[in-house]
Amino acid sequence: MATQDVVMAGFGGQGLMAIGKILAKAAMEEGKNVTWMPSYGPEMRGGTANCVVIIDDDPIGSPVVKRTQAAVVMNKQSIDKFEPTVADHGLLVINTSLIDRKAARDDLKVVYVAANEIAESEGGAKAANMVMLGAYLGVTGATKPETLEHAIEATFAGKRGNLGDINVRAFRKGLEVGLAARG
Amino acid sequence: MAQRRMLMKGTEAIAEAAIRAGCHHFFGYPITPQNEIPEYMSRRLPQVGGVYLQAESEVAAINMLCGAGAAGVRVMTSSSSPGVALMSEGASYMVGGELPAVIVNIMRGGPGLGDIQPSQGDYDQMTRGFGHGDKHFIVLAPSTVQEAVDMMALAFDLADEYRNPCVVLGDGLIGQMMEPVTFPEPSERTFDRSWAATGKKPGQRRNILRSLFLDPEVLEKHVEKLFEKFKVMELKEQRYEAWMMDDAPPVVISAYGTTARIAKSAIRELRAEGHRVGLFRPISAWPFPVDGLATYVEQTRLFLGIEMSMGQMVEDVRRVVAGRRPVQFWGRTGGMVPTVEEIVAQVKERSAALGQ
Repeated sequence: MATQDVVMAGFGGQGLMAIGKILAKAAMEEGKNVTWMPSYGPEMRGGTANCVVIIDDDPIGSPVVKRTQAAVVMNKQSIDKFEPTVADHGLLVINTSLIDRKAARDDLKVVYVAANEIAESEGGAKAANMVMLGAYLGVTGATKPETLEHAIEATFAGKRGNLGDINVRAFRKGLEVGLAARG
Repeated sequence: MAQRRMLMKGTEAIAEAAIRAGCHHFFGYPITPQNEIPEYMSRRLPQVGGVYLQAESEVAAINMLCGAGAAGVRVMTSSSSPGVALMSEGASYMVGGELPAVIVNIMRGGPGLGDIQPSQGDYDQMTRGFGHGDKHFIVLAPSTVQEAVDMMALAFDLADEYRNPCVVLGDGLIGQMMEPVTFPEPSERTFDRSWAATGKKPGQRRNILRSLFLDPEVLEKHVEKLFEKFKVMELKEQRYEAWMMDDAPPVVISAYGTTARIAKSAIRELRAEGHRVGLFRPISAWPFPVDGLATYVEQTRLFLGIEMSMGQMVEDVRRVVAGRRPVQFWGRTGGMVPTVEEIVAQVKERSAALGQ
């Protein structure tokens, strides 16, 4: 694996920044170079948030990329904004729970995931982001699933209740979707 | 003890590195995009018995640095472009009074309130215009979060060694991005603090620290003494990285900070297509690495300055190249970040014009 980059985008509060950090952390644990770059700026409540994660065996130059190999989009605004910037024949992971349209481009590999419904069935609607992360990982194999699960557990360690378990379960459901789509 | 790699934001890593370098005093005033530094300090400093204080303004904060620096403790502040501008008077007092401190500037778009996106528009402010009078500050410009971490310890050591404030100059990208870091073992260096105003004990002489010298002859002598220090800094503290320069590439990009790492990505692409391009990256913006750059002037056909500004550091490049080679410039400003594609296109266009 030379380099992997992905933009993750959605509403503020959907946990896109969080899954980007978890992915970056897992890749770091596997000895890779990583960068995690958030969008930042004046944004109203309910506005969009995104981050770009780059994983590389070599030192990473630019932490920002114009066209990403993949986009994980969780709401309508995000697919409109980031579908056009995915590189040719790249990957688009779409949250069909909140996005009611198909991909407009025909060169992309597209994975449709009902992330909110799947997360709800695992007992935590807020874990929809983990379903998306699982789907992305299933298709790309950017890190080993075990490393990523470990990073999820570390993130929720010490938090109240069984959030870690719910999030890992949601991640695994997404992973299944991703692995199936990998073909 | 082998240190674990940790994934940290630039701002938080800078704060943690400062604490590990023995800085237990922080005074500042909030401004984006560096607010995680004071936030982190406010959480961590009480844990290590330190002092965190949010001042009522940047002017107050820098004067608190004056006081803590005069007491001989490691102290820092952090701010962003317009906030740093407000600190310039106090910073000049610190040079005059020979008080060590570290000032972090995470640059944002200007002029004026500008915006909060990444910029390198403060090169001139920090290397030329920061504070009034005859003075200099060592200015260190990190390109990665790890380098920022390593620089914090260095900045405190340099501030103590020369008894002069030291600046760490980053931009919004380095402040906001996360990268893996390891924290170095604390430095073993110790510094004489017998000059500090810590309370006169019986039999001791009184330590007086000031920047006011009303007799012009005395002030001139004082400034000359300061400039003896600056001369030593210029000799000993030039730092730079020469990257992909071993095959004497005809085109050399000069860039610092985050822009330099974007340039590296562009150079990798250009080289993959057979274009020989190198990078000269100043690590110390002041003293500018004059001697390092001078060694590459003869072998180079074109220098291209790339910055997130309208062209500030490029004037230092021109000063060294001194008309012997063309020095061109391309930049983005206002918080716009140059892309790899843009840099590749700029280099190709200019190389073609050279007949390369």
